[in-house]
Amino acid sequence: MLIGPNGSGKSTLLRTLAGYIRPAEGHVRWCRQTAGEKEISESSEVSEVCHFVGHLDGIKTHLTAFENLQFWSEYLGAGDGGADIEAALERFSLDALATIPAGYLSAGQKRRLGLARLLVAPRPIWLLDEPTVSLDAASTDVLAGVINEHLKGGGITVAATHIPMHIEPLATLRLGVVAPEATA
Amino acid sequence: MQTLTQRLANPTRFMEFSGRLLPWISAAAALLIACGLYLGFSAPPDYQQGETVRIMYIHVPSAWLAMAIYSVIAISSFGLLVFRHPLADVSAKAAVPLGAAFTLLALVTGSLWGRPMWGTYWVWDARLTSVLILFFLYLGLMALRASLEDETLASKLTAILALVGIVMLPIIKFSVDFANTLHQPSSVLRVGGPTIEASLLTPLLLTAAGFTLLFSAMHLKAMRNEILRRRVKALQLAEVERAHTAQLAAAE
Amino acid sequence: MTAFFALLKRDLLLAVRQGGALGTALGFYMLVVTLLPLGLGADMNLLSRIAPGVLWIALLLAALLSLGRIFSSDYEDGTLDILATGTLPMELVVTSKSLAHWLSTGIPLALMAPILGLLLNLDLDAYPVLVATMLLGTPAVSFIGAVGAALTLRTYRGGLLIALLVLPLYVPTLIFGMAAVNGLLGVSGTSSALLILGALSLASVVLCPLAAAAALRLQMQ
Repeated sequence: MLIGPNGSGKSTLLRTLAGYIRPAEGHVRWCRQTAGEKEISESSEVSEVCHFVGHLDGIKTHLTAFENLQFWSEYLGAGDGGADIEAALERFSLDALATIPAGYLSAGQKRRLGLARLLVAPRPIWLLDEPTVSLDAASTDVLAGVINEHLKGGGITVAATHIPMHIEPLATLRLGVVAPEATA
Repeated sequence: MQTLTQRLANPTRFMEFSGRLLPWISAAAALLIACGLYLGFSAPPDYQQGETVRIMYIHVPSAWLAMAIYSVIAISSFGLLVFRHPLADVSAKAAVPLGAAFTLLALVTGSLWGRPMWGTYWVWDARLTSVLILFFLYLGLMALRASLEDETLASKLTAILALVGIVMLPIIKFSVDFANTLHQPSSVLRVGGPTIEASLLTPLLLTAAGFTLLFSAMHLKAMRNEILRRRVKALQLAEVERAHTAQLAAAE
Repeated sequence: MTAFFALLKRDLLLAVRQGGALGTALGFYMLVVTLLPLGLGADMNLLSRIAPGVLWIALLLAALLSLGRIFSSDYEDGTLDILATGTLPMELVVTSKSLAHWLSTGIPLALMAPILGLLLNLDLDAYPVLVATMLLGTPAVSFIGAVGAALTLRTYRGGLLIALLVLPLYVPTLIFGMAAVNGLLGVSGTSSALLILGALSLASVVLCPLAAAAALRLQMQ
């Protein structure tokens, strides 16, 4: 959980973790542990195994809700197909809107569609930057549930958010804290 | 043992080094250009072109510099993107306007030189056309850099454009030459026939060397200015950072 | 590879759904060609002589203006960020999008040229030749233009900047395109121009994505 005031660098940190920004110093590494075997990879590969949810929704307004998710499912590697997509839409209460062009959806609905992407392509690392923007309380709970399931399934989530969600963070990082300066 | 570029990578050391070197280069440039022009003007006029051939002493070095400076920019860009040399961007940024200026000078002097021969101020021959397109490449570099406020991003994107340009440049030159063999069998701006007399060659080489040193002097000076400008900006940004931190602390 | 084709399919689908973009490009093409006789006088002999060149140049301009947005629409709705997290390297993302542009805009423009040739009294012999050379040369137009689009992603201001950056780079395509037309018509030039044009297109398909992807990565920081 990343906490901090605006401008303290939460988005920058998340983008660096995702591999968009090359750190000036140091490395981003992630470690996969399967049945006792450890596998460490560098940040450039994190981008291939993460879901990044930023300020923008990541949906095309001229595709229907279903088509949007179908594309992400194919592109981000699951390639599974219909069943997952419908389940994802249902989870975020968008199943009734599946055949509607995404451009007609409200802000909250678009946000939910963008978040539904998390469900159509399984990836172990989730990097979420203020995911609850435009969401009402009910949807925020749905998201919290989704994140909890992800964590139970062995995934990692790094989230920056103002809204309290019913998730027990493993660690909290406060950004923007100023060490008390010695008086001149 | 460090190479020269490595040793100069430190801006402070560069400032010291260039500061000491600059007066010598400037003096040498002035000297060479003066000698070259003196010899050039005292040589007999060309039997074909008369007095106007003297423009060659400015045109040819300018044209050569137009190309050479782009190479300098390309090398600097490569140094920035591949080696992350700290002064690479300073070098590239300083060189672009200089390159554009010398290219423009080459175009104008080329046009003036050709006027008595062609009757017009411009022909679309291979060499002039290539230099004109080179001028556009310089303008593109300046326009791209000016359009971006983020200086780091601007430096890297301009570097990419410069490298794309240097790869395209031979292709462009080849295509323009190709087009010209189709339309215009004759070539222009031939200096004094197939061989250049010694009396014309020496002053030409002198002015060419002088102009090159002139560019070096101007380039170093522009780099120094750029380093100073960045220092000022860094100080200003530090001020902003201090105020921001103070505000964060106050919010605690 | 599924990702590559998924992206290609998506972009083509979007191009169809957002039909306006192609229509605008074709309309622009037609408009520029119309300005010629208005500006130069309707001397049909003159027009037929300059027709191939005019059609090539207007095509370059129309294609260039439609290229400015190939990355920015994805950048603005956040899709580009997510495309970067796919298993497809950025270079192939660029290749896919440039290819989509060629298929959805480059080819239609090339096919429109003979129709506009009617306005300019283009020689009948020249019709198939012109279309053939344009189809061969428009990949270079799409791919080289993509580099310009990547460089001006954030600072796209109505096409002026991208035009300034990319038009000098279009010079070889224009020259060899025209030389190929003339060569095939037997007017002048050699048949080698056609081969060089093809080589230019192939080289740009391979090399331009490298530069464009580098530029995009920098812009996404």
